[in-house]
Amino acid sequence: MDKIIITVLGKDTVGIIAKVCTYLAEKGVNIEDISQTIVQDYFNMMMIADISRSSCSFAQIVTDLDALGEEIGVRIKCQKEEIFTKMHRI
Amino acid sequence: MLNMFEVIETNNMIEHEKLDVRTITMGISLLDCCDSSLSALNEKIYNKITSYAKDLVATGEEIAMDFGVPIVNKRISVTPIALVGSSCCQTPEDFVTIAETLDRAAKEVGVNFIGGYSALVSKGMTPAEENLIRSIPQALAKTERVCSSINVGSTRTGLNMDAVRLMGDIVKQTAEATKEQDSLGCAKLVVFCNAPDDNPFMAGAFHGVTEADAIINVGVSGPGVVKVALEKARGENFEVLCETIKKTAFKITRVGQLVAQEASRRLGVPFGIIDLSLAPTPAVGDSVAEILQEIGLERVGAPGTTAALAMLNDQVKKGGVMASSYVGGLSGAFIPVSEDQGMIDAVNAGALTLEKLEAMTCVCSVGLDMIAIPGSTTPETIAGIIADEAAIGMINQKTTAVRVIPVIGKTVGDTVEFGGLLGYAPVMPVNEFSCAQFVNRGGRIPAPIHSFKN
Repeated sequence: MDKIIITVLGKDTVGIIAKVCTYLAEKGVNIEDISQTIVQDYFNMMMIADISRSSCSFAQIVTDLDALGEEIGVRIKCQKEEIFTKMHRI
Repeated sequence: MLNMFEVIETNNMIEHEKLDVRTITMGISLLDCCDSSLSALNEKIYNKITSYAKDLVATGEEIAMDFGVPIVNKRISVTPIALVGSSCCQTPEDFVTIAETLDRAAKEVGVNFIGGYSALVSKGMTPAEENLIRSIPQALAKTERVCSSINVGSTRTGLNMDAVRLMGDIVKQTAEATKEQDSLGCAKLVVFCNAPDDNPFMAGAFHGVTEADAIINVGVSGPGVVKVALEKARGENFEVLCETIKKTAFKITRVGQLVAQEASRRLGVPFGIIDLSLAPTPAVGDSVAEILQEIGLERVGAPGTTAALAMLNDQVKKGGVMASSYVGGLSGAFIPVSEDQGMIDAVNAGALTLEKLEAMTCVCSVGLDMIAIPGSTTPETIAGIIADEAAIGMINQKTTAVRVIPVIGKTVGDTVEFGGLLGYAPVMPVNEFSCAQFVNRGGRIPAPIHSFKN
Protein backbone atom coordinates (compact mmCIF):
# COMPACT_ATOMS: atom_id res chain seq x y z
CA MET A 1 0.00 0.00 0.00
CA ASP A 2 1.43 3.35 -1.07
CA LYS A 3 -0.99 6.07 -0.06
CA ILE A 4 -0.96 9.66 -1.11
CA ILE A 5 -3.06 12.65 -0.15
CA ILE A 6 -4.18 14.96 -2.94
CA THR A 7 -5.53 18.35 -1.97
CA VAL A 8 -7.16 20.79 -4.34
CA LEU A 9 -7.75 24.40 -3.45
CA GLY A 10 -9.11 27.20 -5.59
CA LYS A 11 -12.11 29.01 -7.10
CA ASP A 12 -15.02 26.65 -7.67
CA THR A 13 -15.62 25.82 -11.34
CA VAL A 14 -17.34 23.05 -13.27
CA GLY A 15 -15.53 19.73 -13.56
CA ILE A 16 -12.65 20.02 -11.11
CA ILE A 17 -13.24 16.59 -9.58
CA ALA A 18 -13.92 15.07 -13.00
CA LYS A 19 -10.63 16.26 -14.44
CA VAL A 20 -8.56 15.12 -11.46
CA CYS A 21 -10.32 11.77 -11.33
CA THR A 22 -9.93 11.21 -15.07
CA TYR A 23 -6.19 11.78 -14.78
CA LEU A 24 -5.90 9.43 -11.81
CA ALA A 25 -7.93 6.72 -13.54
CA GLU A 26 -5.71 6.93 -16.62
CA LYS A 27 -2.65 6.42 -14.47
CA GLY A 28 -4.08 3.52 -12.49
CA VAL A 29 -4.34 5.42 -9.22
CA ASN A 30 -7.10 4.07 -7.00
CA ILE A 31 -9.14 6.65 -5.08
CA GLU A 32 -10.10 5.43 -1.61
CA ASP A 33 -11.80 8.45 -0.13
CA ILE A 34 -12.91 11.89 -1.24
CA SER A 35 -14.17 14.75 0.86
CA GLN A 36 -14.87 18.26 -0.26
CA THR A 37 -16.37 21.50 0.93
CA ILE A 38 -16.92 24.91 -0.57
CA VAL A 39 -16.11 27.81 1.73
CA GLN A 40 -16.96 31.27 0.36
CA ASP A 41 -16.75 30.10 -3.25
CA TYR A 42 -13.45 28.40 -2.57
CA PHE A 43 -13.26 24.77 -3.47
CA ASN A 44 -11.49 22.53 -0.94
CA MET A 45 -11.03 18.88 -1.77
CA MET A 46 -9.03 16.09 -0.23
CA MET A 47 -8.49 12.64 -1.72
CA ILE A 48 -6.81 9.62 -0.26
CA ALA A 49 -5.44 7.50 -3.07
CA ASP A 50 -3.33 4.40 -3.53
CA ILE A 51 -0.53 4.57 -6.11
CA SER A 52 0.91 1.09 -5.57
CA ARG A 53 -0.53 -0.16 -8.87
CA SER A 54 -0.04 3.01 -10.83
CA SER A 55 1.89 3.07 -14.08
CA CYS A 56 3.45 6.37 -12.99
CA SER A 57 6.05 7.29 -10.40
CA PHE A 58 5.06 9.52 -7.49
CA ALA A 59 7.26 12.30 -8.84
CA GLN A 60 5.51 12.13 -12.22
CA ILE A 61 2.07 12.33 -10.58
CA VAL A 62 3.17 15.39 -8.57
CA THR A 63 4.37 17.14 -11.72
CA ASP A 64 1.34 16.20 -13.80
CA LEU A 65 -1.18 17.24 -11.15
CA ASP A 66 0.64 20.51 -10.66
CA ALA A 67 0.34 21.19 -14.39
CA LEU A 68 -3.30 20.10 -14.42
CA GLY A 69 -4.03 22.47 -11.53
CA GLU A 70 -2.51 25.31 -13.49
CA GLU A 71 -4.70 24.44 -16.46
CA ILE A 72 -7.93 24.43 -14.41
CA GLY A 73 -6.89 27.41 -12.30
CA VAL A 74 -6.66 25.66 -8.95
CA ARG A 75 -3.80 24.53 -6.74
CA ILE A 76 -3.27 20.77 -6.60
CA LYS A 77 -0.90 19.39 -4.04
CA CYS A 78 0.18 15.80 -3.72
CA GLN A 79 1.93 14.41 -0.65
CA LYS A 80 2.69 11.01 0.81
CA GLU A 81 0.32 10.16 3.63
CA GLU A 82 2.92 9.73 6.36
CA ILE A 83 3.42 13.44 7.03
CA PHE A 84 -0.22 13.68 8.13
CA THR A 85 -0.44 10.41 10.04
CA LYS A 86 2.84 11.12 11.84
CA MET A 87 1.64 14.55 12.88
CA HIS A 88 -1.91 13.70 13.90
CA ARG A 89 -1.68 10.12 15.20
CA ILE A 90 0.39 8.89 18.12
CA MET B 1 -8.67 7.57 8.51
CA LEU B 2 -7.31 11.07 8.10
CA ASN B 3 -9.85 13.85 7.94
CA MET B 4 -9.82 17.01 5.92
CA PHE B 5 -9.34 19.23 8.95
CA GLU B 6 -6.09 17.51 9.83
CA VAL B 7 -4.76 17.70 6.30
CA ILE B 8 -5.63 21.38 6.01
CA GLU B 9 -4.03 22.11 9.39
CA THR B 10 -0.73 20.52 8.33
CA ASN B 11 -0.69 22.24 4.96
CA ASN B 12 -1.51 25.60 6.52
CA MET B 13 1.49 25.16 8.81
CA ILE B 14 3.69 24.57 5.78
CA GLU B 15 2.24 27.16 3.45
CA HIS B 16 1.30 30.02 5.74
CA GLU B 17 3.16 29.50 9.01
CA LYS B 18 6.58 28.64 7.59
CA LEU B 19 6.85 25.13 9.01
CA ASP B 20 9.97 23.57 7.63
CA VAL B 21 12.76 21.21 8.49
CA ARG B 22 15.66 23.55 9.02
CA THR B 23 18.47 21.13 8.37
CA ILE B 24 19.45 17.57 7.65
CA THR B 25 23.03 17.36 8.83
CA MET B 26 25.19 14.36 8.08
CA GLY B 27 27.89 13.82 10.64
CA ILE B 28 30.98 12.15 9.21
CA SER B 29 33.93 10.88 11.23
CA LEU B 30 37.29 11.82 9.73
CA LEU B 31 39.36 9.99 12.36
CA ASP B 32 40.28 7.27 9.88
CA CYS B 33 41.69 9.92 7.50
CA CYS B 34 44.64 10.72 9.80
CA ASP B 35 47.96 10.57 7.98
CA SER B 36 51.50 11.77 8.50
CA SER B 37 51.41 13.41 5.07
CA LEU B 38 49.36 16.58 4.78
CA SER B 39 48.52 16.06 1.11
CA ALA B 40 47.45 12.46 1.74
CA LEU B 41 45.28 13.65 4.64
CA ASN B 42 43.59 16.27 2.48
CA GLU B 43 42.93 13.74 -0.24
CA LYS B 44 41.44 11.21 2.18
CA ILE B 45 39.20 13.88 3.73
CA TYR B 46 37.94 15.02 0.34
CA ASN B 47 37.29 11.46 -0.81
CA LYS B 48 35.48 10.41 2.35
CA ILE B 49 33.18 13.43 2.46
CA THR B 50 32.35 13.37 -1.22
CA SER B 51 31.59 9.65 -1.19
CA TYR B 52 29.55 9.54 2.05
CA ALA B 53 27.55 12.69 1.27
CA LYS B 54 27.21 12.39 -2.48
CA ASP B 55 23.46 11.70 -2.29
CA LEU B 56 22.68 13.93 0.69
CA VAL B 57 21.30 16.93 -1.19
CA ALA B 58 19.34 14.88 -3.74
CA THR B 59 17.84 12.73 -0.98
CA GLY B 60 16.85 15.82 0.98
CA GLU B 61 15.09 17.23 -2.07
CA GLU B 62 13.36 13.93 -2.75
CA ILE B 63 12.02 13.76 0.81
CA ALA B 64 10.88 17.38 0.62
CA MET B 65 8.87 16.55 -2.51
CA ASP B 66 7.38 13.35 -1.10
CA PHE B 67 5.94 15.05 1.95
CA GLY B 68 5.48 18.55 0.59
CA VAL B 69 7.54 20.07 3.38
CA PRO B 70 10.57 22.28 2.68
CA ILE B 71 13.94 21.05 3.91
CA VAL B 72 15.85 24.30 3.95
CA ASN B 73 19.43 23.17 4.46
CA LYS B 74 21.47 20.08 3.80
CA ARG B 75 24.74 20.20 5.71
CA ILE B 76 27.74 18.22 6.90
CA SER B 77 29.55 18.12 10.21
CA VAL B 78 32.93 16.46 10.64
CA THR B 79 35.25 15.38 13.43
CA PRO B 80 37.00 18.37 15.05
CA ILE B 81 39.78 19.14 12.59
CA ALA B 82 42.30 19.87 15.36
CA LEU B 83 42.24 16.12 16.10
CA VAL B 84 42.26 14.99 12.49
CA GLY B 85 45.09 17.32 11.50
CA SER B 86 47.27 16.82 14.58
CA SER B 87 49.27 14.04 12.94
CA CYS B 88 50.70 16.25 10.20
CA CYS B 89 49.85 19.92 10.66
CA GLN B 90 52.85 21.82 12.03
CA THR B 91 51.63 25.36 11.42
CA PRO B 92 48.38 27.32 11.21
CA GLU B 93 48.90 27.45 7.42
CA ASP B 94 48.86 23.65 7.27
CA PHE B 95 45.42 23.69 8.89
CA VAL B 96 44.19 26.28 6.39
CA THR B 97 44.76 23.72 3.60
CA ILE B 98 42.30 21.40 5.37
CA ALA B 99 39.75 24.21 5.56
CA GLU B 100 40.12 24.65 1.80
CA THR B 101 39.64 20.92 1.28
CA LEU B 102 36.45 21.00 3.38
CA ASP B 103 35.19 23.94 1.34
CA ARG B 104 35.88 22.12 -1.93
CA ALA B 105 34.15 18.98 -0.68
CA ALA B 106 31.13 21.02 0.47
CA LYS B 107 30.83 22.63 -2.95
CA GLU B 108 31.21 19.31 -4.71
CA VAL B 109 28.30 17.69 -2.84
CA GLY B 110 26.24 20.91 -2.83
CA VAL B 111 25.81 21.55 0.90
CA ASN B 112 25.71 25.18 1.99
CA PHE B 113 27.77 24.76 5.16
CA ILE B 114 30.25 22.27 6.56
CA GLY B 115 30.99 22.42 10.28
CA GLY B 116 33.80 20.97 12.33
CA TYR B 117 36.74 23.26 11.79
CA SER B 118 36.90 22.92 15.52
CA ALA B 119 38.96 22.32 18.61
CA LEU B 120 37.76 21.10 21.99
CA VAL B 121 40.00 22.80 24.51
CA SER B 122 37.85 23.05 27.61
CA LYS B 123 40.77 22.18 29.89
CA GLY B 124 43.93 22.61 27.85
CA MET B 125 45.28 23.06 24.33
CA THR B 126 47.64 20.77 22.45
CA PRO B 127 50.04 22.49 20.02
CA ALA B 128 47.84 21.27 17.14
CA GLU B 129 44.73 22.74 18.74
CA GLU B 130 46.45 26.06 19.26
CA ASN B 131 47.60 26.03 15.64
CA LEU B 132 44.06 25.35 14.45
CA ILE B 133 42.70 28.18 16.56
CA ARG B 134 45.37 30.55 15.23
CA SER B 135 44.48 29.51 11.67
CA ILE B 136 40.79 30.42 12.02
CA PRO B 137 40.98 34.02 10.68
CA GLN B 138 42.70 32.90 7.48
CA ALA B 139 40.63 29.72 7.17
CA LEU B 140 37.34 31.60 7.38
CA ALA B 141 38.53 34.38 5.07
CA LYS B 142 39.70 31.93 2.41
CA THR B 143 36.64 29.68 2.45
CA GLU B 144 32.94 30.24 1.94
CA ARG B 145 31.17 27.33 3.52
CA VAL B 146 33.42 26.22 6.38
CA CYS B 147 32.18 26.85 9.92
CA SER B 148 34.36 26.84 12.98
CA SER B 149 33.64 26.23 16.64
CA ILE B 150 35.82 26.15 19.72
CA ASN B 151 34.79 24.66 23.06
CA VAL B 152 36.51 26.64 25.80
CA GLY B 153 34.89 25.20 28.89
CA SER B 154 32.55 22.69 30.45
CA THR B 155 30.82 21.96 33.74
CA ARG B 156 33.19 19.03 34.28
CA THR B 157 36.43 20.85 33.51
CA GLY B 158 35.86 24.50 34.30
CA LEU B 159 36.92 27.26 31.92
CA ASN B 160 40.14 27.35 29.95
CA MET B 161 40.81 31.06 30.35
CA ASP B 162 43.88 30.93 28.13
CA ALA B 163 41.63 29.75 25.32
CA VAL B 164 38.98 32.34 26.22
CA ARG B 165 41.58 35.10 26.01
CA LEU B 166 42.98 33.73 22.76
CA MET B 167 39.50 33.59 21.24
CA GLY B 168 39.07 37.29 22.02
CA ASP B 169 41.99 37.91 19.65
CA ILE B 170 40.82 35.35 17.10
CA VAL B 171 37.31 36.79 16.84
CA LYS B 172 38.81 40.24 16.28
CA GLN B 173 41.33 38.97 13.73
CA THR B 174 38.60 37.09 11.89
CA ALA B 175 36.60 40.30 11.72
CA GLU B 176 39.66 42.09 10.29
CA ALA B 177 40.36 39.33 7.79
CA THR B 178 36.82 39.58 6.42
CA LYS B 179 36.22 43.31 6.84
CA GLU B 180 35.37 43.74 3.15
CA GLN B 181 32.24 41.66 3.78
CA ASP B 182 31.14 43.35 7.03
CA SER B 183 33.30 40.93 9.03
CA LEU B 184 31.20 38.00 7.84
CA GLY B 185 33.84 35.50 8.97
CA CYS B 186 32.68 35.95 12.57
CA ALA B 187 29.20 34.72 11.61
CA LYS B 188 30.86 31.36 10.92
CA LEU B 189 32.67 31.16 14.24
CA VAL B 190 31.17 30.05 17.57
CA VAL B 191 32.80 29.84 20.98
CA PHE B 192 31.10 27.23 23.17
CA CYS B 193 30.89 26.02 26.71
CA ASN B 194 29.51 22.46 27.07
CA ALA B 195 29.35 21.99 23.27
CA PRO B 196 27.21 18.98 22.26
CA ASP B 197 28.68 16.28 19.99
CA ASP B 198 25.57 15.93 17.85
CA ASN B 199 24.38 19.46 17.12
CA PRO B 200 23.01 19.74 13.56
CA PHE B 201 22.85 23.55 13.53
CA MET B 202 25.54 25.82 12.14
CA ALA B 203 27.86 27.43 12.82
CA GLY B 204 28.47 25.18 15.82
CA ALA B 205 27.98 21.72 14.33
CA PHE B 206 30.78 19.19 14.60
CA HIS B 207 30.83 15.40 14.67
CA GLY B 208 32.02 14.46 18.14
CA VAL B 209 34.45 11.64 18.80
CA THR B 210 31.73 9.81 20.74
CA GLU B 211 29.74 9.42 17.52
CA ALA B 212 29.55 6.62 14.96
CA ASP B 213 31.29 6.69 11.56
CA ALA B 214 28.36 8.57 10.02
CA ILE B 215 25.05 9.76 11.39
CA ILE B 216 22.00 11.77 10.39
CA ASN B 217 20.88 14.56 12.71
CA VAL B 218 17.89 16.75 11.98
CA GLY B 219 16.99 20.22 13.19
CA VAL B 220 13.33 21.17 13.10
CA SER B 221 11.92 24.65 13.16
CA GLY B 222 8.56 26.35 13.24
CA PRO B 223 8.38 29.51 15.35
CA GLY B 224 5.62 30.70 13.03
CA VAL B 225 3.48 27.66 13.82
CA VAL B 226 3.80 28.25 17.57
CA LYS B 227 2.98 31.93 17.11
CA VAL B 228 -0.21 31.22 15.14
CA ALA B 229 -1.30 28.54 17.63
CA LEU B 230 -0.85 31.03 20.47
CA GLU B 231 -2.99 33.63 18.70
CA LYS B 232 -5.90 31.31 19.48
CA ALA B 233 -4.94 31.27 23.17
CA ARG B 234 -4.96 35.05 23.69
CA GLY B 235 -6.09 36.02 27.18
CA GLU B 236 -6.01 32.43 28.43
CA ASN B 237 -4.10 31.44 31.57
CA PHE B 238 -0.68 29.78 31.71
CA GLU B 239 -2.10 26.27 31.79
CA VAL B 240 -3.81 26.75 28.43
CA LEU B 241 -0.79 28.61 27.07
CA CYS B 242 1.63 25.83 28.02
CA GLU B 243 -0.62 23.07 26.72
CA THR B 244 -0.92 24.88 23.39
CA ILE B 245 2.86 25.20 23.05
CA LYS B 246 3.42 21.55 23.95
CA LYS B 247 0.86 20.24 21.46
CA THR B 248 2.28 22.42 18.71
CA ALA B 249 5.86 21.41 19.48
CA PHE B 250 4.78 17.78 19.33
CA LYS B 251 3.35 18.21 15.84
CA ILE B 252 6.37 20.11 14.55
CA THR B 253 8.78 17.54 15.94
CA ARG B 254 6.87 14.65 14.39
CA VAL B 255 7.64 16.08 10.98
CA GLY B 256 11.31 16.22 11.90
CA GLN B 257 11.21 12.64 13.13
CA LEU B 258 9.62 11.48 9.88
CA VAL B 259 12.19 13.31 7.77
CA ALA B 260 15.06 12.02 9.90
CA GLN B 261 13.91 8.42 9.66
CA GLU B 262 13.39 8.69 5.92
CA ALA B 263 16.77 10.33 5.36
CA SER B 264 18.44 7.68 7.49
CA ARG B 265 16.73 4.86 5.60
CA ARG B 266 17.34 6.25 2.12
CA LEU B 267 20.97 7.16 2.75
CA GLY B 268 21.74 4.00 4.70
CA VAL B 269 23.15 6.06 7.56
CA PRO B 270 21.96 5.63 11.17
CA PHE B 271 19.60 8.22 12.66
CA GLY B 272 21.24 10.19 15.46
CA ILE B 273 19.01 12.79 17.02
CA ILE B 274 16.36 15.42 16.46
CA ASP B 275 17.31 18.85 17.69
CA LEU B 276 14.16 20.44 19.12
CA SER B 277 15.27 24.03 18.74
CA LEU B 278 12.88 26.74 17.61
CA ALA B 279 15.04 28.31 14.92
CA PRO B 280 13.96 31.68 13.51
CA THR B 281 14.82 33.21 10.14
CA PRO B 282 14.76 36.85 9.11
CA ALA B 283 11.41 36.29 7.35
CA VAL B 284 8.37 37.94 8.91
CA GLY B 285 6.30 35.33 10.75
CA ASP B 286 9.29 33.07 11.47
CA SER B 287 10.41 34.73 14.66
CA VAL B 288 10.93 33.63 18.26
CA ALA B 289 10.57 37.26 19.32
CA GLU B 290 7.08 37.35 17.83
CA ILE B 291 6.12 34.34 19.98
CA LEU B 292 7.29 36.19 23.09
CA GLN B 293 5.23 39.20 22.02
CA GLU B 294 2.22 36.97 21.45
CA ILE B 295 2.71 35.61 24.98
CA GLY B 296 2.24 39.17 26.24
CA LEU B 297 5.37 41.30 25.96
CA GLU B 298 5.18 44.64 24.19
CA ARG B 299 8.75 44.06 22.98
CA VAL B 300 11.38 41.45 23.63
CA GLY B 301 13.61 42.81 26.36
CA ALA B 302 10.76 44.12 28.50
CA PRO B 303 10.62 42.85 32.10
CA GLY B 304 9.14 39.35 31.98
CA THR B 305 11.13 38.38 28.89
CA THR B 306 13.37 35.88 30.68
CA ALA B 307 10.41 34.20 32.38
CA ALA B 308 8.43 34.01 29.14
CA LEU B 309 11.40 32.53 27.30
CA ALA B 310 12.08 30.01 30.08
CA MET B 311 8.48 28.85 29.90
CA LEU B 312 8.47 28.69 26.11
CA ASN B 313 11.71 26.72 25.96
CA ASP B 314 10.58 24.22 28.56
CA GLN B 315 7.21 23.58 26.91
CA VAL B 316 8.83 23.11 23.50
CA LYS B 317 11.03 20.39 25.01
CA LYS B 318 8.16 18.74 26.86
CA GLY B 319 6.09 18.57 23.69
CA GLY B 320 8.98 17.56 21.47
CA VAL B 321 10.53 14.84 23.57
CA MET B 322 7.62 12.46 23.15
CA ALA B 323 7.48 13.08 19.41
CA SER B 324 10.97 11.78 18.73
CA SER B 325 12.78 8.59 19.60
CA TYR B 326 16.08 10.42 20.20
CA VAL B 327 16.43 14.05 21.15
CA GLY B 328 19.77 15.82 21.40
CA GLY B 329 21.89 18.62 20.01
CA LEU B 330 21.10 22.05 21.38
CA SER B 331 17.32 21.65 21.81
CA GLY B 332 16.03 25.03 22.92
CA ALA B 333 14.78 28.30 21.49
CA PHE B 334 17.40 30.21 19.51
CA ILE B 335 17.59 33.94 20.02
CA PRO B 336 19.95 35.18 17.30
CA VAL B 337 19.55 38.89 16.75
CA SER B 338 20.28 39.22 13.04
CA GLU B 339 18.26 36.16 12.08
CA ASP B 340 15.03 37.21 13.78
CA GLN B 341 13.05 40.25 12.62
CA GLY B 342 11.35 40.67 15.99
CA MET B 343 14.71 40.78 17.76
CA ILE B 344 16.04 43.34 15.29
CA ASP B 345 12.95 45.50 15.85
CA ALA B 346 13.38 45.22 19.62
CA VAL B 347 17.01 46.37 19.39
CA ASN B 348 16.06 49.26 17.12
CA ALA B 349 13.28 50.30 19.51
CA GLY B 350 15.75 50.37 22.40
CA ALA B 351 13.99 47.54 24.20
CA LEU B 352 16.72 44.92 24.00
CA THR B 353 20.29 45.25 25.25
CA LEU B 354 23.29 42.93 25.29
CA GLU B 355 22.88 42.49 29.04
CA LYS B 356 19.24 41.41 28.70
CA LEU B 357 20.24 38.99 25.95
CA GLU B 358 22.81 37.54 28.32
CA ALA B 359 20.14 37.02 30.96
CA MET B 360 17.92 35.32 28.38
CA THR B 361 20.70 32.86 27.53
CA CYS B 362 20.52 31.53 31.11
CA VAL B 363 17.19 29.89 30.30
CA CYS B 364 17.42 28.91 26.66
CA SER B 365 19.96 27.83 24.15
CA VAL B 366 22.26 28.86 22.92
CA GLY B 367 23.91 32.08 23.75
CA LEU B 368 24.80 35.50 22.45
CA ASP B 369 24.13 34.72 18.84
CA MET B 370 24.63 36.79 15.68
CA ILE B 371 25.10 40.04 17.52
CA ALA B 372 26.88 42.86 15.73
CA ILE B 373 29.05 44.97 18.03
CA PRO B 374 31.25 48.00 17.27
CA GLY B 375 34.42 47.22 15.33
CA SER B 376 36.38 49.13 17.94
CA THR B 377 35.54 46.59 20.67
CA THR B 378 38.83 45.33 22.12
CA PRO B 379 39.89 41.66 22.08
CA GLU B 380 39.94 41.76 25.89
CA THR B 381 36.31 42.88 26.02
CA ILE B 382 35.32 40.15 23.55
CA ALA B 383 37.15 37.65 25.78
CA GLY B 384 35.21 39.05 28.74
CA ILE B 385 31.91 38.55 26.91
CA ILE B 386 32.95 34.97 26.10
CA ALA B 387 33.98 34.35 29.72
CA ASP B 388 30.62 35.60 31.04
CA GLU B 389 28.66 33.44 28.67
CA ALA B 390 30.82 30.38 29.30
CA ALA B 391 30.43 30.86 33.05
CA ILE B 392 26.65 30.77 32.65
CA GLY B 393 26.97 27.46 30.79
CA MET B 394 29.47 25.98 33.24
CA ILE B 395 27.48 26.80 36.37
CA ASN B 396 24.08 25.90 34.92
CA GLN B 397 25.24 22.68 33.24
CA LYS B 398 23.98 23.82 29.88
CA THR B 399 25.37 24.70 26.48
CA THR B 400 26.14 28.35 25.93
CA ALA B 401 27.91 30.05 23.08
CA VAL B 402 29.09 33.35 21.73
CA ARG B 403 28.85 34.37 18.10
CA VAL B 404 29.46 38.11 18.07
CA ILE B 405 30.58 40.10 15.08
CA PRO B 406 32.80 43.11 15.80
CA VAL B 407 32.11 44.84 12.51
CA ILE B 408 35.25 46.62 11.42
CA GLY B 409 34.56 50.23 10.49
CA LYS B 410 31.06 50.28 11.96
CA THR B 411 29.68 51.54 15.21
CA VAL B 412 26.45 51.87 17.19
CA GLY B 413 23.70 53.21 14.93
CA ASP B 414 25.02 51.42 11.83
CA THR B 415 23.39 48.38 10.28
CA VAL B 416 25.19 45.33 8.97
CA GLU B 417 23.91 43.24 6.08
CA PHE B 418 24.97 39.56 6.06
CA GLY B 419 22.43 38.32 3.54
CA GLY B 420 20.35 35.15 3.27
CA LEU B 421 19.57 33.20 6.41
CA LEU B 422 22.16 35.23 8.33
CA GLY B 423 20.02 38.36 7.96
CA TYR B 424 20.99 41.86 9.02
CA ALA B 425 21.68 43.48 12.35
CA PRO B 426 21.92 46.84 14.03
CA VAL B 427 25.29 47.32 15.77
CA MET B 428 24.67 47.08 19.53
CA PRO B 429 26.53 49.01 22.20
CA VAL B 430 28.95 47.13 24.47
CA ASN B 431 29.83 48.14 28.03
CA GLU B 432 33.12 50.00 27.59
CA PHE B 433 34.63 49.50 31.02
CA SER B 434 37.71 47.30 30.83
CA CYS B 435 38.09 43.67 31.95
CA ALA B 436 41.66 43.40 30.61
CA GLN B 437 43.31 42.62 33.93
CA PHE B 438 40.81 39.86 34.60
CA VAL B 439 41.05 38.06 31.25
CA ASN B 440 44.84 38.45 31.05
CA ARG B 441 45.50 36.51 34.27
CA GLY B 442 46.02 33.24 32.39
CA GLY B 443 45.26 29.68 33.46
CA ARG B 444 41.96 28.04 34.23
CA ILE B 445 38.83 28.70 36.26
CA PRO B 446 38.37 25.44 38.22
CA ALA B 447 35.36 23.19 37.72
CA PRO B 448 32.37 24.20 39.85
CA ILE B 449 31.59 22.33 43.08
CA HIS B 450 28.46 20.66 41.70
CA SER B 451 30.48 18.94 38.97
CA PHE B 452 31.91 16.56 41.58
CA LYS B 453 29.15 14.02 41.52
CA ASN B 454 31.09 10.78 41.94
